[in-house]
Amino acid sequence: MFSLSGKIALVTGASGGIGAAIARQLHAQGATVVLSGTREAALQELADSLGERAYIAVANLSDPAEADGLVAKAEAVAGAPLDILVNNAGLTRDTLAIRMKDSDWSQVLTVDLESPFRLARAALKGMLRRRAGRIISIASVVGTTGNAGQANYAAAKAGIVGMSKSLAQEAGPRGVTVNVVAPGFIETPMTDVLPEAVREKLVGSIPLGRMGNTGDVASAVVYLASEEAAWVTGTTLHVNGGMAMV
Amino acid sequence: MSDIADKVKKIVVEHLGVDESKVTPDASFIDDLGADSLDTVELVMAFEEAFSVEIPEDAAEKIATVKDAIDYIEKQKAA
Repeated sequence: MFSLSGKIALVTGASGGIGAAIARQLHAQGATVVLSGTREAALQELADSLGERAYIAVANLSDPAEADGLVAKAEAVAGAPLDILVNNAGLTRDTLAIRMKDSDWSQVLTVDLESPFRLARAALKGMLRRRAGRIISIASVVGTTGNAGQANYAAAKAGIVGMSKSLAQEAGPRGVTVNVVAPGFIETPMTDVLPEAVREKLVGSIPLGRMGNTGDVASAVVYLASEEAAWVTGTTLHVNGGMAMV
Repeated sequence: MSDIADKVKKIVVEHLGVDESKVTPDASFIDDLGADSLDTVELVMAFEEAFSVEIPEDAAEKIATVKDAIDYIEKQKAA
C-alpha cells in the first residue's frame, strides 16, 4: 500500500520541520524527491541524508518569477515530469490586525497563497496533458477556526482551501487530484519556545492528549499522494488530534 | 494551405489524438473532434505558444472550429 515508486515529487519549504518530514516519508515510499527552499545548505544536508533519488532546487517563493519557474527547475534536476506537488512552504507575520502592516499582510499572502497558485498552475499544465498528478497543499487549522493575531495567515490558509476545491473541479476530468492537509499544533522549533503553561493549556484542548509531530502530517500527505487516494479530491484532511472537528 | 493552417492542423491532431483526415476547416473542436472544455483551453494555449501570439479569453471563446483558429492566428500575424 501507498507505494510511490517511480514518482517524482516536489516539496516546497523542505528545509523546515514539516517539509523535511514530508520529503522523508515520500522518499521512504519510493518517490524521487526534489527539495525546495531558500536555505541551500539545509536542503543539501537533507538530500545527502536521503541518498539516492533526492535533489535540491533552491527558490525564493516571495519572488513571483522564481515561483513560476520552480516546477520546470524541479523537472530539470529530476530529469522527469512532476507527478506530485506538495505546497508546504509558508511563513507567518503574526500581530493583531490593528497593528498589522501592509507588508505583513502582503508577504504572507504572497508566499502562503499566491506562490502555491503559481506552482499549481505550472504543474497542472503537464499533469493535465499526462492525465495524472497529485497536488497537495499544507494549510492550517486556523484557516477554518481563525486565530487572533493571524488574520493574514488564516486568510491565506482559508484561501488555499477555496483554491484547491476550484482546481479539483478543473482538473478532475483528467484524473488529477487536488487536496489539502490542515495540521493543528505540531511540535517544531517554532513551538518549542512556548512557555510550559501555554503548552499545557494547548495540549489540554486536544482530545488525543498530545501535540502533533511532523510525521503525523507527512503520513497524511503520503496517503493523498498515493494511488489508494485516487477517488479523493477537493477535500481537506484535518490532522489536529481532534482539537477542531470540522 | 498556408503554413499557419498546416501547423494548426498538426497541433490539433497531436492534442486531441484524432485522425488527420477529420481535421477539416469546418470541423468543430467540441462537436466533431470530441474535445471537452479543458481540451479547448489546452489547444488555445498550444496555439499561443506555437505562434507566439496572445489569445485573450473573449477571442478564445469564439474559436470553435479549425478555421476559426486559423483565421484568428493569420489576422494576428498580419497585424
